[in-house]
Amino acid sequence: MALLDVTQLSIHFGGVKAVQEVSFSIDPGIVYSVIGPNGAGKTTLFNLITGVYKPTSGEIRLDGEPIGGKSPDELARRGVARTFQNLQICMNMSAVENVMVGAHLRLDRNLIKAALRLPSITRRDAELRAEASDLMRFVGLEQYLEARADSMPYGALKRLEIARALAMKPRVIFLDEPAAGLNPKETIEVDHLVRKVADSGITVVLVEHDMKMVMNLSDRILVLDYGKKLAEGTGEEIRRNPDVIAAYLGAHA
Amino acid sequence: MHKRAYTGLYIVIAVLAVLPFVLPNSFYMDTAIRMAINAIIVLGLNLLIGFAGQISLGHAGFLGIGAYASAVLPSHFGWNPLLAMLAGAVATGLLAALVARPIFKLKGNYLAMATLGLGIIINIALRNEAQWTGGPDGMPVPAFGLFGVELTTEKHWYWVVAALLTVSVWASLNLIDSPFGRALRALHGSEVASRVVGVDVVRYKVAIFVLSAVFASLMGSITAHYVGFVTPNLADFFHSIELVTMVVIGGMASVYGSLVGAVLLTALPQALATFEGWETVAFGAILMVCMIFLPKGLVPTLAARFGKGD
Repeated sequence: MALLDVTQLSIHFGGVKAVQEVSFSIDPGIVYSVIGPNGAGKTTLFNLITGVYKPTSGEIRLDGEPIGGKSPDELARRGVARTFQNLQICMNMSAVENVMVGAHLRLDRNLIKAALRLPSITRRDAELRAEASDLMRFVGLEQYLEARADSMPYGALKRLEIARALAMKPRVIFLDEPAAGLNPKETIEVDHLVRKVADSGITVVLVEHDMKMVMNLSDRILVLDYGKKLAEGTGEEIRRNPDVIAAYLGAHA
Repeated sequence: MHKRAYTGLYIVIAVLAVLPFVLPNSFYMDTAIRMAINAIIVLGLNLLIGFAGQISLGHAGFLGIGAYASAVLPSHFGWNPLLAMLAGAVATGLLAALVARPIFKLKGNYLAMATLGLGIIINIALRNEAQWTGGPDGMPVPAFGLFGVELTTEKHWYWVVAALLTVSVWASLNLIDSPFGRALRALHGSEVASRVVGVDVVRYKVAIFVLSAVFASLMGSITAHYVGFVTPNLADFFHSIELVTMVVIGGMASVYGSLVGAVLLTALPQALATFEGWETVAFGAILMVCMIFLPKGLVPTLAARFGKGD
């Protein structure tokens, strides 16, 4: 059974139909990419599936259960993680604390116990700090273990977001342009990182403009244009699809 | 934030322990008690403003509820003072939750407006319900006793307040460096990111708002018993602003900044009394200079300058 099933999904902002009747499904364990020109509705689609926006119509199912319109924290509970195109790092915290926040739902959040600093809380926090440090090593940020988030360069923060998402121990992770703004060397590093994430058994849904990276990583690709589904298939199928070529090259062939 | 943060706690304890033996007279003792009371209120308020990024402009109102619960319930109904204090805190907590829930469901920072209004309403209620509260003239507050011991002298009050302050600093440090505290700071840093990792943002904002309001209410009760008299001025808008100023001057999101802010702004009006009539102007000028040169507040700015971190 598909992990994620999206049927006839739409959202309208006033007169703007940002996403129109888009349907697709994602099998567990694959890398699934969403591509399309700027303004095609890729990030909006992510916001719909991760609960940031509520759909105007249509259905989203995770493991067959409807999740459309559910709140982000409800989706987080079900194993949906994401990163953001425009960085959403907590600059008022250290790097490792940012990653630790990702494990929020797996912790005892009791206020009284925290205020009394009960051993159960501190022990779990120490374990979590070690776990978060391991995740930072996993994404290649070992040199920033002691750093404050606001002292880190952009490329490192991009990967810090991935580490935070991984700290949720998600089943599916939505990466919104993880390579945007990175230089070619950093892009290759992120490419390898996404591969490593996928190999660890997490389903990856990727929005990315770097076509080399998309073609290299993706098992299947969805192409959006003006909020509509233009095509879907393997990299090879997409590369040959005349509609996709027309949309990307602007040819009226 | 880790181990080093707690060394400050030992300094606080040491200062509090030594202070009564070096203060020359009861005027200084009185000032120290007021400083400590303000410090506890500001600690709670800084959790809300500095750490969670939500502004309350009505905290003096909560102070007022606590103070008047401790004044009215024992005098008019013969309640035990401790019970009255707790009743005030519970009432404040419920009121804060009642107001905060709908406010936090709105997008944007409406808490400042709502608490501004709430504080003013509480103040007006205290002024108008003269048959209960004595109106603008205020009312006397019965003495406070615990387990048969009445707190009468300044020494008594000093040790009670010093103990409360120590526990509050300790609890605040604990809270900040816990899953609860990280969630608070995270929703300040990026609300959407914290929602996506599963933080129920509304619940956390309500929780910290209620907590800081209850802190204020309890300290309102303590103030009432200590002074032995309450007036509605305790709950007025300017007092709310004064408390927020203590947070900002001391340093947002800094536990020790809260203490420094409370100590300075409690002492400053006394120190400026020699300016006779110009003290408000001097007060304002000092605040302006602080904000221009130390925009992050005293403690965070100095900590960054000397490379220690808070």
